Amino acid sequence: MGLHSTFAVKENVLVVRLSGELDHHEAEQLRKEWKEVMCEHDIKHVVLNLEAMDFMDSSGLGVVLGRYKEVLQLGGEMVVCSVSPPVRRLFEMSGLFKIVRLEENEQFALETLGVAS
Amino acid sequence: MKNEMTVTFSSVSENESFARVTVAAFVSKLDPTMDELTEIKTVVSEAVTNCIIHAYNNEPHHEVTITCALIDEQVELIIKDNGIGIDDIDEARQPLYTSKPELERSGMGFTIIENFMDTVEVISNPEQGTTVHMTKQLTNAKTMCSS
Repeated sequence: MGLHSTFAVKENVLVVRLSGELDHHEAEQLRKEWKEVMCEHDIKHVVLNLEAMDFMDSSGLGVVLGRYKEVLQLGGEMVVCSVSPPVRRLFEMSGLFKIVRLEENEQFALETLGVAS
Repeated sequence: MKNEMTVTFSSVSENESFARVTVAAFVSKLDPTMDELTEIKTVVSEAVTNCIIHAYNNEPHHEVTITCALIDEQVELIIKDNGIGIDDIDEARQPLYTSKPELERSGMGFTIIENFMDTVEVISNPEQGTTVHMTKQLTNAKTMCSS
């Protein structure tokens, strides 16, 4: 099944949309692509849209945490939106919601970061 | 009645999805809930990833063996490698602990396994390998319909 990722830049916000399965096997490639996009553009914040995510494990958490640290260094914020119940449980278990804000959907998330729709 | 299967595969990361899908297909006979199935898939993914990254240090020519047994409503999972072993099992099971921080590991693998399974036993010997033995009681109500 694998992972499909798309990146979109809106003002200073990078929107990352993931679909499919994010495990250790897929994590390497995602990390590489995500880091590249963040280097190539003038990014401050990240919105992570997990609406179409079917499966995620702790390797996925590692990638998200890694990018969170980079966003923090840029003085920005990471916002996660549209999470499924299993992903929500994984994030709660690992305390991720203490550092990453959760919003209902991508549009709300963008609005809170000052990006007009 | 006990129904059991064993699968052995190469220690390559492509096989992580194969492993969790295979176990999920086998466990499906017990008619688990979607949540229970997701939990079992996540646990298999975590344990197999540990074998590949930690036990075998990403070397592809080793073997990982999964045995899954269904005993009444209970799922028993045994995931075994012949890798380097774990020096300090208690340390490895601590939330956020990772022996490979340079790989951007979250250190949550064992914590997730412990949360999703009822019992988790780790047996490890240096240079001989690690066996993770887990059980989970399914809570579905399908017994109401069985004859």
